[in-house]
Amino acid sequence: VVWDTLGNKQFCSYKIKTKTQSFCRNEYNLTGLCNRSSCPLANSQYATVREEKGRCYLYMKAIERAPFPRRLWERVLLSKNYEKALEEIDENLIYWPRFIRHKCKQRFTKITQYLIRIRKLTLKRQRKIVPLSRKIERREKRREEKALIAAQLDNAIEKELLERLKQDTYGDIYNFPIHAFDKALQQQDAESESESDMEKEEEEEEEDKDTREFVEADDSDLSDFEDMDKLETSSEEEQEDKEETEKQASHSRSKGKTPLKAPTRRKRRYIEIEYEEETEQNTKTKAS
Amino acid sequence: APPKAIPKTIENQRVYDETTVDPNDEEVAFDEATDEFAPYFNRQTVPKILITTSDRPRGRTVRFCEQLSTVIPNSHVYYRRGLALKRIIPQCIARDFTDLIVINEDRKIPNGLVLSHLPDGPTAHFRMSSVRLRKEIKRKGKQPTEHVPEVILNNFTTRLGHSVGRMFASLFPHDPQFIGRQVATFHNQRDYIFFRFHRYIFKSEKKVGIQELGPRFTLKLRSLQKGTFDSKFGEYEWIHKRREMDTSRRKFHL
Repeated sequence: VVWDTLGNKQFCSYKIKTKTQSFCRNEYNLTGLCNRSSCPLANSQYATVREEKGRCYLYMKAIERAPFPRRLWERVLLSKNYEKALEEIDENLIYWPRFIRHKCKQRFTKITQYLIRIRKLTLKRQRKIVPLSRKIERREKRREEKALIAAQLDNAIEKELLERLKQDTYGDIYNFPIHAFDKALQQQDAESESESDMEKEEEEEEEDKDTREFVEADDSDLSDFEDMDKLETSSEEEQEDKEETEKQASHSRSKGKTPLKAPTRRKRRYIEIEYEEETEQNTKTKAS
Repeated sequence: APPKAIPKTIENQRVYDETTVDPNDEEVAFDEATDEFAPYFNRQTVPKILITTSDRPRGRTVRFCEQLSTVIPNSHVYYRRGLALKRIIPQCIARDFTDLIVINEDRKIPNGLVLSHLPDGPTAHFRMSSVRLRKEIKRKGKQPTEHVPEVILNNFTTRLGHSVGRMFASLFPHDPQFIGRQVATFHNQRDYIFFRFHRYIFKSEKKVGIQELGPRFTLKLRSLQKGTFDSKFGEYEWIHKRREMDTSRRKFHL
């Protein structure tokens, strides 16, 4: 009677129809399909296996309890042991139709399989999904752009490199026109003399240099790491292979040169002919 | 007419941070001499870096890792293949690595960086944005050579900034080879750390030309942990808390 009205002909709220099949949304349904044999509403004797918090229960519906909806479904806890649970299903559903018994055991098997998988996955590394707030993302992006503009990276890097050049971190690698070089030298004379005095001492010199360079960093208002670099390179100065490495460096540089603007390229490529260049420049500066 | 006033910038108006490092501060100097980077700064250890990604890296991330490994000397890229970080770390320590970089990926672009100093050092977690690979940068330079680059660290003023800056410095070997004329820059501006990699050339004594090669990206510090990477039991030295720390436009932490 129930099936004739609800199941096939009129409306059942648990029924979902797709193009090829119809499903039953009822939570006590054994297979999930909408069939005459698997509708919990249409069958007065029915059983399902459901799991709650990792434990499996066998739910049974008997015709004697049909007028008492609250007591309709009887619940039996199944053992954690797989084989024992199968036996329990069997003994509870003894004398029940084969179809229901079989489907119950199938469902129970599937449930235990997915419970095992859940337990295994929780032990592995899990990906935590963090929600992004669009407003905050946009704000961060905007702030980053503005910070980029405020940073003026190219200028900052160029300034830093020139500072390091002035403070002699590169030693004698770069030779610049003597005219201007002398001026720079005069400025640095006081500093370099005191530095060379210190160089003659040993370990203490590094600590003294530390204190010295910290003070300079105060003036130049940058971080201390330029000082770290200066430390290493000024110790490099103590070695006296500079002239040889200079020539080698110039050779290697001319080969591994990256193309920059034309005038500079000409200036650097022929660096082996250094002396000629310098005299040229001298004449240029004198003319101006 | 009134004299021209100094324009107010955010850097000018920055809220004074009490942890700003004073160069003459002895306590800071003592701390730095005894913290985890002391062996590096005393030249006892040579940096050796392991770069890896999260699971299943996509092409962009892989290429970024390769480029990053050419930028940082003495670095190796290894694929993750689903290994747990907790198990990688003891192996790395056994093989003498000093630093571990993990690039996290989301939707096919790299978006996070975990930098961990290995023998029990601090771990910094950054959010990475605007990553540009080498081919996307407008320049005509060749690839970075194998020379050790110089390092520039700008604007790391506070205590926190100092420790982060030292972390970055410890990635690169101490003695830069000036023959290579390469420089890696970490520039901090308003809590965003911009990384650039350039080749420089001195055109004259007052002018220098720089040409950008190598990848570029920006980082924002999310958290700093005392020990190596451990998300559950780690002791966090600093976490970025959005509600509290993002309220003022003029307050920065690095």
